[in-house]
Amino acid sequence: MSESPSSPLTTADGVPLKVSLRRAVRRSKIKALLLVSPLLLFLIIAFVMPIFDMLWRSVDNPEVSTNLSRTVEALEGWEGDALPGEPAFAALVEDLQEGQQARNLGLLSSRLNYEKSGMRSTINRTARRVNALEPPYRDALIDINDTWGEIDTWKLIQREAAPLTMSYYLAAIDRQLTVDGEIVKVPDHLEIHVALFWRTFWMSAVITGLTLLLGYPIAFLLSNLPLRHSNLLMILVLLPFWTSLLVRTTTWIAILQSQGVLNDVMVAIGVIADEARWQMIHNKTGTIVAMTHILLPFMILPLYSVMKTIPPSYMRAARSLGGRPFLCFRRIYFPLTIPGIAAGGILVFILSIGYYITPALVGGQSGRFITNYIAYHMQTSLNWGLAAAIASILLFVVIIFYLVFNRLIGVDKVKLG
Amino acid sequence: MNDSLEVEADVRETKDQGECFARFVNVQKSYDGVELVVKGFNLDIQQGEFVTLLGPSGSGKTTCLMMMAGFETPTHGEILLKGEQISGLPPHKRGIGMVFQNYALFPHMTVAENLAFPLEVRHLSKDETRKKVDRALAMVRLEEFGDRRPAQLSGGQQQRVALARALVFEPELVLMDEPLGALDKNLREEMQYEIKRIHASLGVTMIYVTHDQTEALTMSDRIAVFNDGIVQQLATPETLYEEPENAFVAYFIGENNRLQGEVVEHIGDDCQVRLDSGDIVLAKAVAAGGVGARTTLSLRPERVSILLDESLSFDNCFEGHVKEVIYLGDHLRTRLAVCGNDEFILKTPNAKGHPNLRPGQTIKVGWSSKDCRALDA
Repeated sequence: MSESPSSPLTTADGVPLKVSLRRAVRRSKIKALLLVSPLLLFLIIAFVMPIFDMLWRSVDNPEVSTNLSRTVEALEGWEGDALPGEPAFAALVEDLQEGQQARNLGLLSSRLNYEKSGMRSTINRTARRVNALEPPYRDALIDINDTWGEIDTWKLIQREAAPLTMSYYLAAIDRQLTVDGEIVKVPDHLEIHVALFWRTFWMSAVITGLTLLLGYPIAFLLSNLPLRHSNLLMILVLLPFWTSLLVRTTTWIAILQSQGVLNDVMVAIGVIADEARWQMIHNKTGTIVAMTHILLPFMILPLYSVMKTIPPSYMRAARSLGGRPFLCFRRIYFPLTIPGIAAGGILVFILSIGYYITPALVGGQSGRFITNYIAYHMQTSLNWGLAAAIASILLFVVIIFYLVFNRLIGVDKVKLG
Repeated sequence: MNDSLEVEADVRETKDQGECFARFVNVQKSYDGVELVVKGFNLDIQQGEFVTLLGPSGSGKTTCLMMMAGFETPTHGEILLKGEQISGLPPHKRGIGMVFQNYALFPHMTVAENLAFPLEVRHLSKDETRKKVDRALAMVRLEEFGDRRPAQLSGGQQQRVALARALVFEPELVLMDEPLGALDKNLREEMQYEIKRIHASLGVTMIYVTHDQTEALTMSDRIAVFNDGIVQQLATPETLYEEPENAFVAYFIGENNRLQGEVVEHIGDDCQVRLDSGDIVLAKAVAAGGVGARTTLSLRPERVSILLDESLSFDNCFEGHVKEVIYLGDHLRTRLAVCGNDEFILKTPNAKGHPNLRPGQTIKVGWSSKDCRALDA
């Protein structure tokens, strides 16, 4: 007999069916969790946490509030229409004395120097003499360095006491805050990031287009050849994966440089004059050629996986219905490969805008990507906040592309091989 | 050399006759240059005919169809359509409708767009296209489904759309490559009648490929039975079933009891055959060799009678031991051991007064020599 709908289903011993089912699947759930836990842990430690750390660093602003805590406190309520009073100067002296003893004024001076050039030397010079200062501190400080007599300096300290800052993001897009809080462009000679972002995007787009142009016919061939031949071709496609990235990139240097294989051959057969050798490396050409080669498999594989699922009977049906071969391709085959094109395109584009080694090696000055500037700020200028901000912008761009792609095509359509 | 001369002679003959709609003349096909997949295929098809190419997989029947459609090139021989050589013509210029095994409906187009495709490539006006699409949808009774995508249709509906698409541009010849293979049994039967009905109402010529003999028997005007790259027999369904010309056809079409033996004597159209069990059977000599030659006797299970009393008499009467009785509703299938053959099948209709057989029983069975055909070994 069927049970009444109000009473929940139970198993033979009276335990509710849902409880019983949960109990039954718990073991397998625990097992599944145990199986993924090492990788999960690794990903959290090595991937998720660094990303959040980076995002945090791009807005984090601890230097002023920790190193100049007394000064910040003394400046509370200051309107900024005249120089602050003696207590603020005294607090600054105290802060600098403590910082000089602890030898941790470096970060503070760099941080303030990003906002107002000259601040590093001002703080360093003041800190060296701060122990010998006598009150009134106001005159003594201004005596050491005129900067302390400027209202803007104090406004800056007051502003940067905030725990979070936008200035790294503004710097990443070549903007800065004035003392009055307006966002303005940096001087022309300091503008680099926006141009680099655009260059990264359009060169990545060119690389994506080239991989599509070169990869589409190969993927077509790959998916329509008999298995015996397509396996061999697939190995050739995957071969670059088995070679070191560094080796592949340096090989392009050997081929493309002005005393390289290609130029030598061109000179030998008389296409170009010996003194007019083509400059194909350490510029945009070099980056595009090398990266197109390196990223080609990432275009071919998604295309192949989509083309493989298109039965040859579609084209045959279209032909038998009276379509000329090209029309059949345009109307039937091509639209069906769009998920593959989109998947390959998004993959290559995302990989490309984040690429570092190849542009660094073969890009020269003009073929460099924004990633090379992230590395520069990480390793040379040590402005980690700015590096984090640039990297975060790249991350947001990738996420936006991903969301658009997911909306238009659907990520579940992407298969590799 | 000789072959090509023959072909030319054949072609001339066709043109003189001028009545055959489609012709295969001595067509051969090889994919690897080592083996022939189709070995000398000849077939004349009249206008409006429904011809089925029937055979097991790998027998070359689909290859023949693909050669007619233009997707394969004959290695040798000629294919003619309305007296014209079409071997050099690309598929899209042949104007032949085709229904594929998995329908090959374009998944990114709606049903109506699928049907409009052949009309668009022929540059028909929008009005005319819509009219023809509507008519084609009505023909397969899917008027309501024009806006659906193929994936939203059931197998049978997809099949009907494929059929409508192959017919919408009014081709004179329609090829079908196992179009019902993916459907379940009931739907398949329904579609068989539907295709038959459309064929009759449009008068279009159809060439149909299948490995299902029931399908072939139900639908065709004529059937070409393929095996091993050659046509074993080309005949109407009735002739094919009643008068198979060789052991393969007898075995492939319908159910069939096979008895192996040696020809002892020819008596007019008949011959006496000594079976391996020692029994002597009188059979119709269809393709049996001379005295002493090996032969296979073919006997339909429904042509064997149970002899309950002495009133019925046949020229072949033997004892049979009942091994197994299977109840199939409308008929009973009894497996007997007769003349040393343990797989001897007997079909009796489940009619009033049918004998109630039990395994282990011994009965007398008999058949007429007319129904027992002595074929090649």
